[in-house]
Amino acid sequence: MTLHKRTKLFTGLAVATGLVLTGCAAEEPSSETIVVGSQAYYSNEIIAEIYSQALEGAGYTVERAYQIGQRDAYLPELESGAVDLFPEYTGNLLQYYSPDADARQADDVYAALQDALPEGLSALAMSPATDQDSYNVTAEFAAANGLESIADLSGIDGLILGGSPELEERPYGPMGLLETYGVTVAFDATGDVTVEALREGLINVANVYSGDPRIADFALVTLADPRGLFLASNVVPIAASDIADELAVIIDPISKALTPAGLVALNLLSTKDQISPADIAAQWLSDNGF
Amino acid sequence: MSLLAQAWQWLIDAQQYSGDGSIPIRLLEHLCFTFAALGLATLIAIPLGYFIGHTGRGALWVVGITGAARALPSFGLMLLLVLVLGVSARLWAAILALVILAIPPLIAGAYAGIQQIPRATIDAARAQGMTEWQILFHVEVPLSMPLVFGGLRGATLQVVATVTLVAYVGLGGLGYEIIQGIPLRRFDQTIGTAIVIVALALVLDALLAFATKLSVPKGVSAGRLADVRAKDAG
Repeated sequence: MTLHKRTKLFTGLAVATGLVLTGCAAEEPSSETIVVGSQAYYSNEIIAEIYSQALEGAGYTVERAYQIGQRDAYLPELESGAVDLFPEYTGNLLQYYSPDADARQADDVYAALQDALPEGLSALAMSPATDQDSYNVTAEFAAANGLESIADLSGIDGLILGGSPELEERPYGPMGLLETYGVTVAFDATGDVTVEALREGLINVANVYSGDPRIADFALVTLADPRGLFLASNVVPIAASDIADELAVIIDPISKALTPAGLVALNLLSTKDQISPADIAAQWLSDNGF
Repeated sequence: MSLLAQAWQWLIDAQQYSGDGSIPIRLLEHLCFTFAALGLATLIAIPLGYFIGHTGRGALWVVGITGAARALPSFGLMLLLVLVLGVSARLWAAILALVILAIPPLIAGAYAGIQQIPRATIDAARAQGMTEWQILFHVEVPLSMPLVFGGLRGATLQVVATVTLVAYVGLGGLGYEIIQGIPLRRFDQTIGTAIVIVALALVLDALLAFATKLSVPKGVSAGRLADVRAKDAG
């Protein structure tokens, strides 16, 4: 290889690498472009895709920044204005910004969240759909012990609660159960196999997200929470304040139309039928007359 | 205070050293998984590696399979085995996943340990009238030791790191503190525990490095000295 050829080759390689690098970096969106983000959680991405397609239907240019990860990763992006719209959950987001908040019921949590949000971010109207922690038992266990609410658990000996490792330390974990309902449980950090552990009888009570289709699939019984152990956590779009009013015109009707059962159905399309978020969102929008 | 300083504060807090989920207990769980998996993997992989190295049979497919097995995603494998074998058998499923991950470097070490012995040495042993078993145990096994320990070092590092994941299926270990700490935003706990895991890996690796040195047969070191003298004389 001659020197000349080699120089050419290296120049080519350098240019190509440069192109790849600029491709990796997030592009600065133009002012008319709405950047919609989502968590690295399939259900959240479906909701984000519904927002995106609705905005596109209304003539906006949308840039999708999905799967950004968990709150520590994406909230700084929202606060800096790099992301304009993000589907969130009232209770969990409130707990992030003010861990000591004592609001529990849906409307109180929403009001508290509006106060807690940092400047520059606004909560649009919340949806009746929830995706929150809930305690579940098998149908057989519920029937055998006459269980309807968490309070009915008190007096049962040898209960084992299963969930992710952090549940052990959460205010609604074993300690909260004892304080709020007088229910004593042992804790087993069943992590990613909580539902399987419940069905095999390794644990009696399982912490499962209320939007999880497996609750219906396996006929699990979600125990009612009359004393507000869990924070209500409704789906709520968080938007950059300067365009919040503009976006609300399009997004608010969507939030209103998304029901708790509707959200579970969306999740089921993803987990069971393996349909892509884009197809699920398009179908939902047309089914609901948008 | 920087995160590292906070992690250090967390590590030296006496609270972490007593009670149910304390560091010593998590460390013990971590070590139990590590040794159980390495022990079982050694029982399977070393004889197999020796068989292949001694006979030369099956070398091609074993090298191929063990090479491919290194690319197995460890978390996916563990979760798959737990779901297939059932959550009640999660302990065995997790250990099986760790064993599967530990086998490739161990086989490679045992096989390469015998492969690298000069053919002339083994032919000489055979010419002396040694049986195949004598050749294996008195020539090949001692000479293969440094590479076998090399394989064990690789396997140990991989297993110590991967045991962190068993907390995802509710089996404890040091990973529990990390997996619990991230969603609770307790970064002192997360980083402090990560430091413990790194330290554990380094200590085990240093011990094995020492054992590797000890495992070089006396005759081999003596042979090296003889070479030096021959060179000086020439």
